Amino acid sequence: MAELRLKSQRFREERENDWRRLESLMDKVERRGARSLTDEEILAVPVLYRATLSGLSVARATSLDRGLIDYLETLSSRAYFFVYGARSTLPERLGSFLARDWPNAVRSLWRETLASVLLMALGAVVAAFLIHSNPEWYYSFIPAELASGRDYTASTESLRATLYDAPKGGGLSVFATFLFTHNAQVAILAFALGFAFCLPTAVLVVQNGAMLGAMLTLFISRGLGFELGGWLAIHGVTELFAIVLAGAAGFRIGWAVAFPGDRSRLDAAAEAGRTAATAMAGVVIMLLFAGLLEGFGRQLITNDFARYGIAAATALVWGLYFYGPRRKEAPLGES
Amino acid sequence: MAKADAPAATPAEAANRVLVTPEGVGLHLQIGDAGQRAAAFLLDGLIIIGCLVVLTILALSGVAAAGLKTGGEVAAIIWLLGAFLLRNAYFIFFELSPRAATPGKRVMGVRVAARSGGRLRAEAVFARNAMRELEVFLPLSVLFSQSGSGDVDSWMWLLGALWCSVFVLLPLFNRDRLRAGDIVGGTWVVRAPRQKLAPDMADHAAETLNRSAFTTAQLDAYGVKELHVLEDVLRLKDRKTMRAVADRIATKIGWRFRADEDDFTFLSAYYAGLRGRLESRLLMGRRRRDKHDV
Repeated sequence: MAELRLKSQRFREERENDWRRLESLMDKVERRGARSLTDEEILAVPVLYRATLSGLSVARATSLDRGLIDYLETLSSRAYFFVYGARSTLPERLGSFLARDWPNAVRSLWRETLASVLLMALGAVVAAFLIHSNPEWYYSFIPAELASGRDYTASTESLRATLYDAPKGGGLSVFATFLFTHNAQVAILAFALGFAFCLPTAVLVVQNGAMLGAMLTLFISRGLGFELGGWLAIHGVTELFAIVLAGAAGFRIGWAVAFPGDRSRLDAAAEAGRTAATAMAGVVIMLLFAGLLEGFGRQLITNDFARYGIAAATALVWGLYFYGPRRKEAPLGES
Repeated sequence: MAKADAPAATPAEAANRVLVTPEGVGLHLQIGDAGQRAAAFLLDGLIIIGCLVVLTILALSGVAAAGLKTGGEVAAIIWLLGAFLLRNAYFIFFELSPRAATPGKRVMGVRVAARSGGRLRAEAVFARNAMRELEVFLPLSVLFSQSGSGDVDSWMWLLGALWCSVFVLLPLFNRDRLRAGDIVGGTWVVRAPRQKLAPDMADHAAETLNRSAFTTAQLDAYGVKELHVLEDVLRLKDRKTMRAVADRIATKIGWRFRADEDDFTFLSAYYAGLRGRLESRLLMGRRRRDKHDV
């Protein structure tokens, strides 16, 4: 009865095995990951994918079996996502992130970083000015639960004690972990808020600056400025820089959404998102360091000069890492 | 590059997008609808909350076992880090896997893909999930924050809630169902159906009845659209529907049923005949869309 077969039926019979093989490979990948494939199977996938795709083209042009066309379409999409999906392993990705992507992203955010620094400084200066004219303002900038006794009613001695004594209750490691998770969450929020046309992020950065300014004003007024500087700088260089960068990443996104230029708003946002997200992933890493420095370093090292020394070292490391001169690289294909 | 089809009438067609592969073949993708997205997110939310509960119980039992001093410290660290990772890394981890979908998305049959049709990159996934702070956690914290007692406070709370709802409801106001994270990440969420190869309905006819039993005039009664309806009817194999359809076709083409001929045999034979006729015309470059097409 061979003459009764339609051409499209014969076409399907001849190629069906390839399709089924690709389908079983896709099932395997989706269930157990790309690493479950043998070398031979890895090599077979692109070939089978192209065969299936050309089968789809032929079927569309010659076959009216809708079940077949739908099947080929679905299978091709699945294989497409695998063949053209990202497949670099985690160590590779981490390597290129640390070596290239992160510092590049931070460098390309220099305008936003500058704006972020200025906003933070503005917050600090305004807070200092207001508190100088009337100490009552202090309580507007520093919420009571954060101040925990560090306010204008406290004696100089008790203020000094807060700079050198370990926190009561709870080990240092818990403290460091808490600081890291809390700060990272706030940084991610600052980044996300940038989407609303930069403004909420700006408020957050100014507010951070104001808190800094308020603390400094209080301690300087008691002659503890130098000591507070060490207490803050040992982790603050890293932490404040991370917050500044999180703000900068948020600004980049908000600016692209508000003023996309000659690109479409969606394209501009996606492009800004790529740079900003890379910088943000780095910010989380920085905050991990900052948490460790704040939780352990600051509590264990109580010498002012040692604190300043560590602060200077971190500033140098971050500065060189992000902005230091590097070898000229050949322009890469993927950008 | 993916681009949208012309605006279509039915919801199913409105969700259709064409992705042209580097090989130059257009693949049709379906945008995941708002219901699927919301259901997937709720499922993931439940999983996260479930993990948090388990984590908390483990931490507490750790404290109970090892004593408050040492056990408490380790338990607190594990809990803090675990909660942080669940909140931030859960989505990123699963969306970077080959399926590009969290467990909730898998259940709902959707996945994340790059809008450009290119690779789904790690930073895109990071960006789209970092935005959840704005879309989920900020609105939640506003919702559960105390609105205060004064009139001004209530108004502020209301304004805050309204402002947040802009980001929560964003996917409902664009054709591609993009949420803020999708916009910033350059991604979208598409359906990822898995389909088995269905049997060819013409196979059956070859064994049972000679499809050349029909004359050319009888086969010219219908076009591709009717053929596909007939294919669906044959796949469903519902007796009543087959009866009605067989009657309609027999009347139209003037077919007289033989005694041993049931509806399915007749319909699959006619399906094979019609498909053969339409496909041979297709080879000549003539696609007959429906019965009104000549």
